[in-house]
Amino acid sequence: MSDQPKNLFDKVWEAHRVRELPGGQTQLFIGTHLVHEVTSPQAFAMLRELGLPVRFPKRTFATVDHIIPTDSQVRPFGDPLAEQMLSELERNCREGEITLFDPASGHQGIVHVIGPELGLTLPGSTIACGDSHTATHGAFGAIAIGIGTSQVRDVLASQCLALARPKVRRIEVSGALQPGVYAKDVILAIIRKLGVNGGVGYAYEYAGEAVEAMDMEERLTLCNMSIEGGARCGYVNPDEKTIDYLRGRKFVPTGEAFERAASEWRGVASDRGAEYDDVVTLDAIKIEPTITWGIHPGHNIGVGERIPTPAGASDEERAGVEEALEYMDLDPGAPIAGTPVDVAFIGSCTNGRISDLREAARVAKTGKVRDGVRAIVVPGSQAVARQAEEEGLDAVFRAAGFEWREPGCSMCLAMNPDKLIGREICASSSNRNFKGRQGSPTGRTLLMSPAMVAAAALAGRVVDVREVI
Amino acid sequence: MAGRMAGRKRVEIEHIEGRGCVIRGDDIDTDRIIPARFMKVVTFDDMGLHLFEDARKAAKGKHPLDDESFAGAEILVVGRNFGCGSSREHAPQALMRFGFLAFVGESFAEIFAGNCTSLGLVCVALDEAEIEELRGSIELDPSQNIAIDVAAQTVTSRAGVMQGSIPDGTRGQLLEGRWDATAVLLEAGEAIERRADQLSYVRGY
Repeated sequence: MSDQPKNLFDKVWEAHRVRELPGGQTQLFIGTHLVHEVTSPQAFAMLRELGLPVRFPKRTFATVDHIIPTDSQVRPFGDPLAEQMLSELERNCREGEITLFDPASGHQGIVHVIGPELGLTLPGSTIACGDSHTATHGAFGAIAIGIGTSQVRDVLASQCLALARPKVRRIEVSGALQPGVYAKDVILAIIRKLGVNGGVGYAYEYAGEAVEAMDMEERLTLCNMSIEGGARCGYVNPDEKTIDYLRGRKFVPTGEAFERAASEWRGVASDRGAEYDDVVTLDAIKIEPTITWGIHPGHNIGVGERIPTPAGASDEERAGVEEALEYMDLDPGAPIAGTPVDVAFIGSCTNGRISDLREAARVAKTGKVRDGVRAIVVPGSQAVARQAEEEGLDAVFRAAGFEWREPGCSMCLAMNPDKLIGREICASSSNRNFKGRQGSPTGRTLLMSPAMVAAAALAGRVVDVREVI
Repeated sequence: MAGRMAGRKRVEIEHIEGRGCVIRGDDIDTDRIIPARFMKVVTFDDMGLHLFEDARKAAKGKHPLDDESFAGAEILVVGRNFGCGSSREHAPQALMRFGFLAFVGESFAEIFAGNCTSLGLVCVALDEAEIEELRGSIELDPSQNIAIDVAAQTVTSRAGVMQGSIPDGTRGQLLEGRWDATAVLLEAGEAIERRADQLSYVRGY
């Protein structure tokens, strides 16, 4: 044992190292493998072809989220392709002896919402999933990484991945956030500062007063969009909030075993004096409610700012700004506030948790959805839906003119019937504003916090949520 | 391409040669490479049919992939942060099934690059000026042969020999035929279970 101070990433990486591979990669043990219906069927097929079993079926958990309809989840689904994908997952889980959290289980939901909710996401663990937003789970102090389908096969077969060790960048957000400013705004501000590829080759450690002050759900939102900043994983050091959140969860030990676990979890946090490959600081008080105006998440500005002009962009960014302005058809130089919206979407693995719905409902209570705006609320999981219904949030949303849906990924990537139509502009609490992302090849997305989405739904245009709450 | 499609076999990838195609633009995400609606399938078989489908429709026949002079190209030249966004392996699968074996760009998103390696596809990074020069050269003469030497990390074209980079670990995987990781990972044998037994959350607290 060395007394040299270490950061969390070093500790977790060391604890999971199986061996060094030639060429400088590490064979890393993956403690928890999360599986969903879209990126796994080919991996199971490859495993079958190789004649290999699932090596650690008890460390593998599945759910259905991407393709599931949110209007009615009665089987068979209206879309035969969606039905086929779930049937295939059911067969693969049955044959592989893998636990599947389907709608009948009462635990179904977006994979990155149910992991923490069920206590599968633990400090000091390694988590992999065939989904880039796996970074979400880092909120608990885990190394959580998104992988492709061939790597899903690797994990099914060996419970390991071959990985190059990334560098670690500590991002300190000092001070306190203003009211009406959320974790979503913080991560968008980080991406704006460091760029959409600034994190390539890095793991991000989020720290500082503003991060310490966040509850677990806000930390999940923060880590969720690490990948939008180019970082394959991001994490927050576990603290007493982390431990309190985990107590009593389905897969978390109880009694003395919990105390032993909690003591380990505290020990996994970065040591004082630990070294980092890079340190970046942000001032929380300067962060405004933030909105994207373009075609990637780095194209974002504060709600009080104006849409960029090509002339004002750096040489390196100009072509991208021009392409984005052309696609979005927004007026360069005009204030972003006031931009009309056709659709409002509240949900996703970024912002589909109970605290997100509470904040959005606070806004929804103040008015009615503007005529002509289609507004939908999609809870992140069945547990989130139950909690919201118990608190009467569904009634608040319905009374204001929002549709209250069943859980799933929904309009974040539109693999189910929830899609934009034509050139619609959507105020969205999701994570990506790529061209065509929300199901229409010409559809447009403005990313923002759930409270801002609710405010935009009521006003029919982008407004500063601080003027509403 | 059969060697790569077959998977599992230990195929050493040392050289890629073929004609080039240029897709301009930075931060091209995997949703653009393969829109999500085409992922509602349980195999990768038809991915190549929908490569850049929306971008091609929007370009009304003017997209590089629909340009006859680039037909049959095996090397795709791209910009910065190519393949960002979703982890979908459907993106490199679509590119591979369309016929591309290698990508030369200013930089690549991490998960995309890892997925490419898993399929035996090569990603080489060149600096911005050289990418621009290579684009110009290929657009001027799309019939020319482009050669990638994985060990030397070079890209050779009529524009000359350009020194690129491929990360060390990836280069080793390609050169030694270890890019299909399953077999390599399984070689660790019982060491995997021994590691698992040392982790209290796996073993039980």
